[in-house]
Amino acid sequence: MSAALKVVRAGLFDTVQDLGRIGYMALGMPTAGAMDRIGLALANALAGNPANTAGLEIGVMGPDLLIEADSVRIALAGPLSPALIEGDSPPKPLESDRSHLLKRGQILRVGMVEGSTTAYLAVAGGFALAPFMGSLSTYARAGIGGFEGRKLAADDVLPLRLEAAPAGDERKLGGPFDYGSGPIRVIWGPQDDYFSEAGRQTFVSSDYTVSKEADRMGIRFEGPTIEHSKGADIISDGIGPGAIQVPGAGLPIVLLGDRQTVGGYSKIATVASVDLPRLGRLLPGRTVRFTAIGVEEAESLRRDQEARLQRAIAGFQTARPAGGIDLARLYEENLIDGIVYEREAVT
Amino acid sequence: VSVRYLSCGDTAFSVEFGNEVTPQINGRVMALHTAVGQARAEGGLAGLVETVPSMRALMVTYDPLATTRTELQPQIDALIARSSAAAPVSRKVRLPCCYDDPEFAPDLAEVAERTGKTPEQVIALHLASPFKVYLLGFMPGLPYTVGLDRSLYLPRRTQPRVRVPRSSVAIAMDQTTIYPFESPGGWHLIGRTPLWMFDKRREQPLLLAPGDSLAFERIDRATYDAIARRVEAGTLDWSELIEP
Repeated sequence: MSAALKVVRAGLFDTVQDLGRIGYMALGMPTAGAMDRIGLALANALAGNPANTAGLEIGVMGPDLLIEADSVRIALAGPLSPALIEGDSPPKPLESDRSHLLKRGQILRVGMVEGSTTAYLAVAGGFALAPFMGSLSTYARAGIGGFEGRKLAADDVLPLRLEAAPAGDERKLGGPFDYGSGPIRVIWGPQDDYFSEAGRQTFVSSDYTVSKEADRMGIRFEGPTIEHSKGADIISDGIGPGAIQVPGAGLPIVLLGDRQTVGGYSKIATVASVDLPRLGRLLPGRTVRFTAIGVEEAESLRRDQEARLQRAIAGFQTARPAGGIDLARLYEENLIDGIVYEREAVT
Repeated sequence: VSVRYLSCGDTAFSVEFGNEVTPQINGRVMALHTAVGQARAEGGLAGLVETVPSMRALMVTYDPLATTRTELQPQIDALIARSSAAAPVSRKVRLPCCYDDPEFAPDLAEVAERTGKTPEQVIALHLASPFKVYLLGFMPGLPYTVGLDRSLYLPRRTQPRVRVPRSSVAIAMDQTTIYPFESPGGWHLIGRTPLWMFDKRREQPLLLAPGDSLAFERIDRATYDAIARRVEAGTLDWSELIEP
């Protein structure tokens, strides 16, 4: 019997994503990929996976997943309140930002994402899905990648690469990862010269609120209108990640993973890559400010963030410290089903 | 060659060759796109991720953990100096198109009326236009194809359609296009090709590439249906359509 996770209750917008479909923008193919690459990286590292393994991006509300494998190591990263459901017992709360060893017949309730739009679930070994153009990222508009090119629905069966979880301890994140705070940092351009000085000042000195029109393609903000000086239309050119286009109505739209590859609206600025994961988590109704920095500073901030991420990963704690007792693990393995794994008994 | 470098954040920059759409400027864009591809194949340009050609600019994306704008830009400058004279090799792609079924060409009569021509003259001019794919974008595989005969220039429809069928052949302004998916669209529909611009069953799912020359070929409805069956079945060999 092949190992799988079965969706017994669908979430809201849960898609398989890796770090994106790289190398095909010249053919009009959007990169897609994780909205919050830090969240995916943490989930993968907790599960013991290489960084670019595809995981499940949990959009607002996660699914209930029935374990159809001898055992599976699942890692969750992000502000989730997951629970384990077994038989008729009431759901038992689980921690996020750690890995869990789950067994056949158990149901993982991923639950709501709280205070963010995205969280991540990684499975040790990854999903047994076929890449499309080198990537497992779902791009739903074209129906490609991931699981049948779409968000998960009830009764979907996600095949797993491993029949059973690899040996090893469970890991947990030492403390919450600091995504940063304060204004969202941007770099002027490519078409900041299409805006008046007053328009540029409005952009960096006003509050902008995330509207309800926010999805994997981009976030439309509400706030003071930004004045153009050379008009909103340009000869269509390439759109990088985090590009902020301002159509004729004067309100900024930040373009994210599922953005189109080229576009004909002037782009006042581009979000620094260090702050893209923050945008990938912004809830509708949240208010932000934008502040301009230089390219070299942005590159340097990104390298610092990557170093912090690697330190966070190197600093993972064993969820069952040597010589100690991991109550959560005992709870899962002994109290819930009363059986200690043979593998565990010999370690 | 004087170019402008435009910042696109700390993971990309755009190399702008001009502010108009001409074959010469687009040729430079494609020459640099090709030169970057060759340099990378030879192991150069470490940290460069991909290049995205458009009408008059090439966007270069990079990994700020592997390189910097300061390191990369002079390498691009050197490639521009060497590549600007090299004309990229252009493929010629034959596109069978059925103009004769009113279901496929709901706007043909209106285009004829507004341009003061007969429908037959519109078809003849579309067939004779020297189309060149400047870029693929907006959605996977959608070609921005310039070269429409000047006498057929029309603005987009004031009322875009909510649903344009897949593989519709349309015109607007100085361009023609083919819709890779059913989607909304504001262009004038004058025919339909049995080919799919995007076939996700194929290892290389996109029929067209930037730089391609397109030659439309008129087919009747019976021929359309015969080719459509082969496309559905996945038995049409795209190499039949492409002349190197």
